[in-house]
Amino acid sequence: MTFWTEGEPIADQAAPDGPIETRWERRQFGAKLVNPANRRKLTVIVVGTGLAGGSAAATLAEAGYKVRSYCYQDSPRRAHSIAAQGGINAAKNYRNDGDSVYRLFYDTVKGGDFRARESNVYRLAQVSVNIIDQCVAQGVPFAREYGGLLDNRSFGGTQVSRTFYARGQTGQQLLLGAYQALERQIALGNVEMHARHEMLELVVVDGKARGIVVRDLVTGAISTEFADAVVLASGGYGNVFFLSTNAKGCNVTASWRAHRKGALFANPCYTQIHPTCIPESGTHQSKLTLMSESLRNDGRVWVPVRAGDDRLAADIPEAERDYYLERIYPSFGNLVPRDIASRAAKNVCDEGRGVGPGGLGVYLDFADAIARLGRDAVEAKYGNLFEMYERITGDDPYTTPMRIYPAVHYTMGGLWVDYDLQSTIPGLFVVGEANFSDHGANRLGASALMQGLADGYFVLPNTINDYLAAGPFRPLTESDEEVVAARALVEERIDKLLSIDGDRTVDSFHRELGHIMWEYCGMERTEEGLTKAISLIRSLREEFWTRVKVPGTGETLNQNLERAGRVADFFELAELMCVDALHRAESCGGHFRAESQTPDGEALRHDDEFSYVAAWQFTGTGEPPVLRKEALEFEYVHPSQRSYK
Amino acid sequence: MNLKLRVWRQTDPSSRGRMVTYLVEDISPDASFLEMLDVLNERLILAGDEPIAFDHDCREGICGMCGMMINGVAHGPSRATTTCQLHMRHFKDGETIDVEPWRAAAFPVVKDLVVDRGAFDSIIQAGGYISAPTGAAPDAHATPVPKVDADAAFEAATCIGCGACVAACPNGSAMLFTAAKVGHLGLLPQGQPERDTRVVGMLEAHDEAGFGGCTNAGECTTVCPKGIPLTLIGRLNSDYRKAVTKRG
Repeated sequence: MTFWTEGEPIADQAAPDGPIETRWERRQFGAKLVNPANRRKLTVIVVGTGLAGGSAAATLAEAGYKVRSYCYQDSPRRAHSIAAQGGINAAKNYRNDGDSVYRLFYDTVKGGDFRARESNVYRLAQVSVNIIDQCVAQGVPFAREYGGLLDNRSFGGTQVSRTFYARGQTGQQLLLGAYQALERQIALGNVEMHARHEMLELVVVDGKARGIVVRDLVTGAISTEFADAVVLASGGYGNVFFLSTNAKGCNVTASWRAHRKGALFANPCYTQIHPTCIPESGTHQSKLTLMSESLRNDGRVWVPVRAGDDRLAADIPEAERDYYLERIYPSFGNLVPRDIASRAAKNVCDEGRGVGPGGLGVYLDFADAIARLGRDAVEAKYGNLFEMYERITGDDPYTTPMRIYPAVHYTMGGLWVDYDLQSTIPGLFVVGEANFSDHGANRLGASALMQGLADGYFVLPNTINDYLAAGPFRPLTESDEEVVAARALVEERIDKLLSIDGDRTVDSFHRELGHIMWEYCGMERTEEGLTKAISLIRSLREEFWTRVKVPGTGETLNQNLERAGRVADFFELAELMCVDALHRAESCGGHFRAESQTPDGEALRHDDEFSYVAAWQFTGTGEPPVLRKEALEFEYVHPSQRSYK
Repeated sequence: MNLKLRVWRQTDPSSRGRMVTYLVEDISPDASFLEMLDVLNERLILAGDEPIAFDHDCREGICGMCGMMINGVAHGPSRATTTCQLHMRHFKDGETIDVEPWRAAAFPVVKDLVVDRGAFDSIIQAGGYISAPTGAAPDAHATPVPKVDADAAFEAATCIGCGACVAACPNGSAMLFTAAKVGHLGLLPQGQPERDTRVVGMLEAHDEAGFGGCTNAGECTTVCPKGIPLTLIGRLNSDYRKAVTKRG
């Protein structure tokens, strides 16, 4: 059976060459500018109001463009960036501990297991320092020391302290900064905000992205919105697993609709499984809650030495505990990158040494930290996380070790973009988690916030000018052929979903899809499992389209209709993820193929065969997609086997 | 556990709502309140009934999207806890639970338990920001901020904008929400240039949006899932007096 075909390779035409330190400056100089008087005549649509979308919309409006912003939540302040806990990296070297732009670049390329573009990552490290300045100027209340200067902490995958934070609520504070900048632009009339609106289709005219079809989630009204460029900042697709740390509403629909219209989807199989989440408690489970990775700075991860040891943690003596991360990875210890920590947890649980119900958990123990630093110091650092843990589980982590287990957290893959963050559809830009660009096969902790804000505040507002300089483009009307067709597609799909009137709920399908993905496309993947998953997904998708029951009508707030559309797109994405995971017969970062490991069980890359970005072209539902390879070249950081031992 | 729920059902903003009773059986005490509603909704759909609409998103207590009156208390019986973080182990088997939307003139009901909190955004638009266009910032260490101020600003900034304060207030006032933002920005050196215009603008927007006045009832801070302190309202009043005195 043919699961995919191979097409022409693809190249990043916008990428500058020359010394890496000067590439971004040269690209900015080489890009066309738009005269301030002309910016008023140009409209940009931004879909999503998280760190990337919120900061992009505010910054583009400050520059003088007319911006229209859309989010599915009731306010732009609620986008899921708000839930990021631990912090944001920046190469400030305020600690004088040997950090630099180059080291952040190096750590990120290595952490991504040599599957990211060097040029993009270097730029990310460069603008990281501006992000902190920008956020402080906006009033983001980062943690400070007694001298009044900013505090830093260390994070997984690095040996320097470059992470800025605001207690365990860094994402919230950064997002509120972007949100407030956005609200200021709304008040000034530069941004038209449309909350409780969901993008359901991309409008492509003359080969250019020119607008979107949206549904007003309150009234059900479908409308078409036009612009000179469209920016997708619609986040990641972790909810394809049903259970993940994403918000319940997070979905792939905006990206997937663009993919179906011709935008290539890159590296969909690269998913990040976060090692420190609260384990499942039963079949009612609707999402998983992350405990910030920063906890690994002071918490020690362990399981009993003996399989099947069901004594309480307190009754297991020191000699019968296996602090397995410290044992296997002595130089990084509990701070190994996420992919490594997650797989190690899976391995000890597979050995029967897991703790708690079902044996799916490991301990994260703060007893030593409390003895060393005192309870007050631990509370000051992690108080809100400990409270959250206790609220959910009913256990007190000051006296009983936390139980944690890996959960899907972030997706490194996304729509393919060039150095300018433009997709393969001219005029369609993609920022933040929705694109694939900077994290390679694995993202380091505290780098998602950095990338979202880098894209939105500093990269996109510079690169989009080069495209918009050719505008304004020809005015569109509701009766243009492509516009009518895009709208009809949306209406037909809604009618179809409402008319099936079957006997299974949307959530029951989503849960089953999630099980398939977790089992066969989760922490460990095999050729056999992925092949099986593809056939299971196909038959479940068919069943969905004949048996799903969506109550109510399309003319009102209908949360099941919203979910049904999202799950329908997850079905198609799920298959592509499995195809991508199947084709990549190597292990790298968050993608672990059981067939490709070193003798001691570490991920084994095959750089000779797989040192490329896999960008997929859509050919039809259930049809084999076309693989377009973008070769990766490493001039500065030479690929080596990642070692954290 | 088995429960009897009495839930507010309302088709749209203009229609009349009513309480409808549902028996919900076999719920795990480890389920969250929203997961209990999920289970009920799945059963309603299969029975051919319309599921209950409610707002929610992150389900980890930070996005501020969820919120309902549970037995007459905003976010229910657990202190400093959003509805999504409330777990069924805090209820008794066989208990009757009333579930209603936020009740406030400035938060019209959209459907069932969903309300429109757009008025909060309009308060922020009226000055809840520091004007710092992208690119214009000095180095982050150019202005040290005393730790005590930074910590106090952070405490105020943890407001999630859920609206529980308004729902709990006998006057339907959003003074705690407004004071949290005025306090957050006013405690920082970066927030000083706009301190006067901010407090005046935000209070005007607050009143225009239809929120009531503050009479220091203190219900707001009692139900606040983030424990935003009432003292911030005193600070707001003081800032406001200074601002209008200066303005003359």
